Amino acid sequence: MSKSQIEDINRNIYDIKNEDNYDFKMKKGLTREIIEELSKQKNEPEWMKEFRLKALDVYESLELPTWGPDISELDMNDIATYVRPKSKLNSSWDDVPEDIKKTFDQLGIPDAEKESLAGVGAQYDSEVVYHSMKEELIQQGVIYTDMETAVREYPDVVKEHFMKCVPVYDHKFVALHGAVWSGGSFVYVPKGVKVDIPLQSYFRLNSPESGQFEHTLIIVDEGASLHFIEGCSAPKYNKVNLHAGCVELYVKDNAYLRYSTIENWSKNMFNLNTKKAIVGKNAKMEWVTGSFGSKISMLYPMSILNGENAKTEFTGISFAGKGQNLDNGFKVVHNAKNTSSLVNAKSISKDGGKCTYRSLVRITPNAGGSKSSVSCESLMLDDISISDTIPVNDIETDDVIFSHEAKIGKISDKTIFYLMSRGLSEEDAKAMIVRGFAYPISKELPVEYAVEMNNLINLELEGAIG
Amino acid sequence: MSEKLLEIKDLYVSAGEKEILKGMNLSIGKGEVHVIMGPNGSGKTTTANAIFNHPEYQKIKGSISLEGEDITNSKTDEIARKGVFMSFQLPEEIPGVSVTNFLKYAKNKITGKNVKIFEFKNELQKNMDELGIPKEAVDRSLNVGFSGGEKKKNEILQMLMLNPKLAILDETDSGLDVDAIRTVSKGIQMYKNENNAVLIITHNTKILKSLKVDYVHILVDGKIVKTGSAALATEIENEGYAKYKG
Ligand SMILES: Nc1ncnc2c1ncn2[C@@H]1O[C@H](COP(=O)(O)OP(=O)(O)OP(=O)(O)O)[C@@H](O)[C@H]1O
Ligand SMILES: [Mg+2]
Repeated sequence: MSKSQIEDINRNIYDIKNEDNYDFKMKKGLTREIIEELSKQKNEPEWMKEFRLKALDVYESLELPTWGPDISELDMNDIATYVRPKSKLNSSWDDVPEDIKKTFDQLGIPDAEKESLAGVGAQYDSEVVYHSMKEELIQQGVIYTDMETAVREYPDVVKEHFMKCVPVYDHKFVALHGAVWSGGSFVYVPKGVKVDIPLQSYFRLNSPESGQFEHTLIIVDEGASLHFIEGCSAPKYNKVNLHAGCVELYVKDNAYLRYSTIENWSKNMFNLNTKKAIVGKNAKMEWVTGSFGSKISMLYPMSILNGENAKTEFTGISFAGKGQNLDNGFKVVHNAKNTSSLVNAKSISKDGGKCTYRSLVRITPNAGGSKSSVSCESLMLDDISISDTIPVNDIETDDVIFSHEAKIGKISDKTIFYLMSRGLSEEDAKAMIVRGFAYPISKELPVEYAVEMNNLINLELEGAIG
Repeated sequence: MSEKLLEIKDLYVSAGEKEILKGMNLSIGKGEVHVIMGPNGSGKTTTANAIFNHPEYQKIKGSISLEGEDITNSKTDEIARKGVFMSFQLPEEIPGVSVTNFLKYAKNKITGKNVKIFEFKNELQKNMDELGIPKEAVDRSLNVGFSGGEKKKNEILQMLMLNPKLAILDETDSGLDVDAIRTVSKGIQMYKNENNAVLIITHNTKILKSLKVDYVHILVDGKIVKTGSAALATEIENEGYAKYKG
């Protein structure tokens, strides 16, 4: 049996695809008319329509990035930007249509909820189809809803924060996002409220040639705390596919936010996502990221430490197999006194896959007394895979403690022999070593996600046998 | 004569160009304790590796069988599952895999069924107590940051938990303090019964003191040149290998 066939079989569990089944699909390509139509469809206020049109202008004025992986294969005119599923917003699992439910069932959403997660906002194609939240959170004033609803019901908060953290001028795909964004989550945690169970959103792409442009806006007000989990897994298609989501996080003074992500995109995806957090005084922002799948990924979550004593941590892992180029990393701007950042980035590459850790650490002149410690480690499973580190360190004050450490490793034959002498097959031995390598990340995830991540690692590794 | 467990017949082993074992013969019966002594570089570790069919070593000639079954060309993990264990001279470090999880996983593989968690935990605790291994030690990553002595004790813990038919201990006593040597000795006694066997590779007689040793073999330049009783070990300790060399 050939290698690719085995890979196909192994991905079956996650590559669940429903028949195309939507009542509305946009014309290919982007025009002002399309944007207007989209806005009308969504029943949006005028200001949002104007915002979209302005973003479209910016999109047209910007060039594709000239650095990083080659994305010329991506034909923007070929992407249907808006796909709406048949179902309307549901608050009960029972109301979710059968075929959509089946897909989600296989992804374990009801189970996750059973395990007392606070709420489930699941995005199917571009709209949130399933959404619920625990009563007690509502009583505490926590708002957790889909982005469209937030635009209509909380216009003031949304207007004040929407694409202010990530401005449309950032890069071409952010501008595109601003023009065509659809779906996503909105969370507001009021001052002093500690949400002690993780909130999760689950979305996936399920339509050929459609982009996914979900927008996540989270505001954790002063002294509040939240753990938000975003998980996604996409079915496989032969056509080029684009994901250009946007995540904006506001962590106000003395607040705490952990944002955990497991991404598992199909191997034809261009994952060009933008995530940024603005962190206030004494506040803490933690990123936990597992990046799997996709053809090309350019993903650099960013923390802007704007208040004194603000802290951020990034813990992430990328796994690149055959034909994948994952250009991931982390960016941090220290912009106030005594701020700190701690980065623990890992990557695994196999079968010729490429992982690049691209990072920025910027310490501005007014960030005296700050600390930054970056450690990146890559594991290569064979001789044809590639791993690279491209750090940019822009340190504008002397009063800092800064360290950067990079390690590249391989699985040694000695270690494999040792494990095989304990009864493990060669594949089991490799898988154990890789899971161990990923453990510093998986231990940060809630247990069901850690299990899913280990399953993904096993699936990726099994693809190598053949 | 006891029932045969391991039989090495006229074994020639090379690593690349280098000929290491040159006509090795060894026969171990159930219930027996065997000792191999020999100068540095004589092929002791290579013998253990050859039993496990280490891919770096080519068998030029000869055969190895376990309970009458030929394992000369079996895969390392199959040989382990058939009941052979080796305590490594230099145990490997596995970051991110706790001793407990590793042992559970290995035991599942060796026994071919999922261990019962409760029994497993009890057994682990009991063995740790006997070996004086602190509770926290098994939550740490396997061998990562362990001292030399801790690594060796951990190998003995693995032996007790995996309960092989044949345990090969490659210099498990080297670099251990007096008390730790006693602990390893105790571990061997706990493991030992009339159905299994131990092959101890050592430079030292201390570890043998409290064990009932059946045979001592002297390995020089890839061959067993002399086999005797426990007294032979003492002789070597006093007189060295001069008599058996060249
Ligand atoms: N993979 C290898 N490639 C080349 N030579 C090897 C290899 N492994 C072992 N040798 C050589 O074979 C000889 C025997 O090695 P071995 O490790 O078996 O010795 P030993 O008897 O265990 O010695 P010690 O008492 O020092 O542990 C040594 O000369 C060693 O350098
Ligand atoms: Mg040796």
